[in-house]
Amino acid sequence: MSATANKPSNSPEQLSGDQLSGERLVELYRTMVLSRYLDERVWLLNRQGKAAIAASAQGHEAAQVACIEATDPTKDHYLIYYRQFTAMLALGTEPEEMLRGFLAKEGDPMSAARQFPLHGAHPRVDLFNFSNVIATQLPQAAGVALADKLSGSDAVTIVYFGDGASSQGDTHEAMNFAGVQKLPVIFFCENNRFAISVPIEKQMGIDSLASRAAGYGFPGVQVDGTEVVAVNEAAKAAVARARAGEGPTLIEASVERLLPHTTDDDHTRYRTAEDIEQMSKRDPIRIQSELLIRRGLITEAEDEKIHADAKRRVNVATDTVDAESYPGVETMFDHLNVEYREEHEVSGGDA
Amino acid sequence: MPEKTVIEAVREAMQIEMRRDDTMIILGEDVGSRGGVFLATDGLIDEFGENRVIDTPLAESLICGVALGAAVNGLRPLAEIQFADFVWPAINQIVGEASKVRYGTNGVKTAPMTIRVPYGGGVRGGLYHSQSIEVLFAHTPGLSVVAPATPYDAKGLLATAIRTDDPVIVLEHKRTYRLVKGEVPDESYTIPIGKAEIKRPGTDMTIITYGLMLHYSLQAAEMAAANGIDVEVLDLRTLRPLDSGAIAESASRTGKALIVQEDTPAVSIGSEVSAIIGERCFFDLDGPILRVGPPELPPMPFSPIQEAAFMPSPEKILTAITKLAEI
Amino acid sequence: MVFNIELPHVGESVTEAVIGKWLKAPGDQIEKYDPLVEVVTDKVNMDVPSPASGTLTKIIAIEGETVAMGAVIAEMETVDGEVSVTSDSPAASEPAQVSESSLASRIGTLVQGANVGPTGGEFVDTSLTAAKPADSAAQNTSAQPATSGSRQKGFSPVVTRLAAQHGIDLYSLVGTGLGGRVTKKDVLTAVENGGTGSTSSPQTTQVALDEDQVIEPSPIRKMIANHMVKSMTEIPHAWSAIEVDVTGMVEWRTANKDNFEREHGTRLTYLPITLSVVAHALRANPRLNSSWSDGNIILKSAINVGVAVAADGGLVVPVVHSAADSSLVDLAGKLGGVVERARSGSMTLDDVQGGTFTLNNTGALGSVWGGAIINHPQAAILTTEAIVKRPVVISASGVDSIAIRSMMNICLSFDHRIVDGAEASAFLQSLKSGLEAITLTSDLK
Repeated sequence: MSATANKPSNSPEQLSGDQLSGERLVELYRTMVLSRYLDERVWLLNRQGKAAIAASAQGHEAAQVACIEATDPTKDHYLIYYRQFTAMLALGTEPEEMLRGFLAKEGDPMSAARQFPLHGAHPRVDLFNFSNVIATQLPQAAGVALADKLSGSDAVTIVYFGDGASSQGDTHEAMNFAGVQKLPVIFFCENNRFAISVPIEKQMGIDSLASRAAGYGFPGVQVDGTEVVAVNEAAKAAVARARAGEGPTLIEASVERLLPHTTDDDHTRYRTAEDIEQMSKRDPIRIQSELLIRRGLITEAEDEKIHADAKRRVNVATDTVDAESYPGVETMFDHLNVEYREEHEVSGGDA
Repeated sequence: MPEKTVIEAVREAMQIEMRRDDTMIILGEDVGSRGGVFLATDGLIDEFGENRVIDTPLAESLICGVALGAAVNGLRPLAEIQFADFVWPAINQIVGEASKVRYGTNGVKTAPMTIRVPYGGGVRGGLYHSQSIEVLFAHTPGLSVVAPATPYDAKGLLATAIRTDDPVIVLEHKRTYRLVKGEVPDESYTIPIGKAEIKRPGTDMTIITYGLMLHYSLQAAEMAAANGIDVEVLDLRTLRPLDSGAIAESASRTGKALIVQEDTPAVSIGSEVSAIIGERCFFDLDGPILRVGPPELPPMPFSPIQEAAFMPSPEKILTAITKLAEI
Repeated sequence: MVFNIELPHVGESVTEAVIGKWLKAPGDQIEKYDPLVEVVTDKVNMDVPSPASGTLTKIIAIEGETVAMGAVIAEMETVDGEVSVTSDSPAASEPAQVSESSLASRIGTLVQGANVGPTGGEFVDTSLTAAKPADSAAQNTSAQPATSGSRQKGFSPVVTRLAAQHGIDLYSLVGTGLGGRVTKKDVLTAVENGGTGSTSSPQTTQVALDEDQVIEPSPIRKMIANHMVKSMTEIPHAWSAIEVDVTGMVEWRTANKDNFEREHGTRLTYLPITLSVVAHALRANPRLNSSWSDGNIILKSAINVGVAVAADGGLVVPVVHSAADSSLVDLAGKLGGVVERARSGSMTLDDVQGGTFTLNNTGALGSVWGGAIINHPQAAILTTEAIVKRPVVISASGVDSIAIRSMMNICLSFDHRIVDGAEASAFLQSLKSGLEAITLTSDLK
């Protein structure tokens, strides 16, 4: 079923800064729709007691596919956090692989199910997420970018985080260092205005996170995160800056978190019914569907088919992974560090 | 054979490894132009340049997070935390993140990084330049922790730490930096992590110790010898993994064990060593397992008499030796 | 085909649910996984997904109705064979413990079915309902505990302390710990039972008449009593005896005793001489210096001969260690010391431990024959009987004549599991040869 899985595009005309082609826009939309159905399925599996925890990316789909589209997965680095569901698909992760993570089955490619879903490291692209401690990935991203700068590579590091993470000390330290060293790193914040239940006005004393970038000596850009083209333009510019050695950019993509924080949360406890109703209008699937139809890039029938294909794809993946087994107990001892042996000699180079 | 101080041995190890492996970088506060506040990295920026010896902003979590990020992207970073007392903001990146990279990514990512940390007291350091921090790291699966006490061991263990492909914490007792001088070969050599060493063989009892206390224990052992008590002194050298085999062999052979440490005793390295001896040597023990350590208060008071009262000393160790010998 | 849609189980102790809003109506086309109906439990609200694709034909459980897990809630007509059956089985719920004491109620009880998800929510985990229970392979108990594999390896500090306090021979105890280790409990039991471990079969009781005198046995007597019973009960005894012409030994001693006492400061009795001969004979006949233990015969490497002594409280058996490696002078000295301590009640733990064979000089009191009880768990016990001048027949160069000789019987009781008559006789022959080889002019060391 790889026809419906998104293939990341790295054809030259996208990387040069031209407008996204119609074909690419449809392809990105396909990924968003697949993400939406898989996301819903994971939520259902949680309610059935099979998927212990899930963080939904519903509302974030456009921002995630649009940013990835501006990068080069053959060389760039992606430090994600727990909500990058769509980004994973955009980078070529199969729905079965995603479900193995959520159902903690054998064959989970990211961490062999020793970690939460979306944690660990991707087997095919340089994407990783060591923990769900908030914002620790930002100083790490600065380190990754530092290594590229020192080696003369033109690879770019994109580090993803939410509005809550922006309050951590690590965020300040990382941005400060990135600014001093002009590191090739893009700080990509998906601002959905809630850190679990804490609303944005309690999280920061400013209206726009992007305005902080000036305090570190690099540009900050605010963009509507439900608009594929807008996010892609901002990301392309940031990537170009970084590759040219001009240093970091902070992109703040404004999105809605259509569902509660995770499957363990109930947002009716802190959001009003009106607020929930209102924000559900900023649904990137609906917005993109209308845009594509309006621009004549797809018909309504083709739209329905995209949805049906995605649904079918998700069903096949669910049936497959649901029947698979859990990792054996003994695999709990795999990939322990060298200190687990009572005594070790040097593990690299000549002694 | 030339004689060098601990700080000279440390510097030499770094210089040799920097020459040997051009993916190695050093980062930390004041490590560059200043050569480090203890002069551990003196001269290195001149030889290797500011791209490989990097002065960072004043931010410990950043230093260790950047080291981790660089380590998973092809470099072999050595980070210096200026004083152990400042390591706490970095615990997240070290204990929370770095220790679990290989395990949590199923081996896809690995973090070949080293963190050097001067620690310990007896330097009029007060509450914030005297701390011993080993326990938290020695407890963490995924970390190796070494604590060399001699110049020879410092150079060999630091070389091994740098070459190890997983995170290693190197604890250097700051009092030993210039206090201890010993034979150190000029050439490159390594000492395996996880091996203790008998620094003084003996028959009546075993002292198990590390860091500055090794030297105080050796002094106490000499004094005890004059009184006819033959003390064996085992230098742990590595705190994680502890060399349980060596600990058990020595304690079983002599039949009496005395643990000497500068860190406060409750829930410490000594607690773990005592448990190991209890498990493995029970039927060979001829007396209880005793510990010498400071009183349970925040290490350590600034005023000189109080600091001296806090710190273990050769005399205090001798008192414990004598007591254990009499049992 | 018609297919019954059941209310799925959602884990332990959630036994029923209230039907909420139906999202599909009879006649609707439904696809596998489509949500059919909302249900409410006290743990979780969920949408029941369709197990197959087809047409919903009949709603059985209506909105507001309370339904048990597993009950049929609707019917559908399926398209083909594809049906997904959730295989969750209900876990038995255990009755809550009722606390009776105030401490227990302060501790509290576990709330059955209470759950919390990974980050605080109401997640009810069904992932292991069909899985096997987890291995204990991953348990990390103390890696290498020290165990006393055999008693020889060592006694624990508390065991040695208690043994010294109560005068227990640890080697006489059967250890119930790992590998036969003597435990604290074993020692305490021995103390309670007067010194030798568990009591044997129930004893018959006798009625004491008025004129009878009832003596409460001392701890030492109790200990001796239990020890004897244990030995007789466990060890199949057999006996053998031999006469020894000790005329030469008598002459030697008579001639040397004064010098010996002057030179070495200890009296010279026959005991160190016989002890020396016995020790050397044991070296040559190791099965007599062994022990039956756990179905095995343990040949002892040490030769530690216990010598029975009548002390104030009763019979004690101080041990002379390494008897075969000691000179006559040493033996005389050791014997003198140990017997003295036994008589004065000041024996040390070392004095009573480690015996591998026992020698009893019953002859000192005039006995000419003895069938001694083996000192459990040894293999044999030897008595040296009275030296009596008797007329005996001597054969010399084929001519028989009568002579007056000092004769001493030596009597062996042995464990017939370990030693056969032939071996017993061979041992006695060794002793006889060794003793009869002593003459007036022997140079004994």
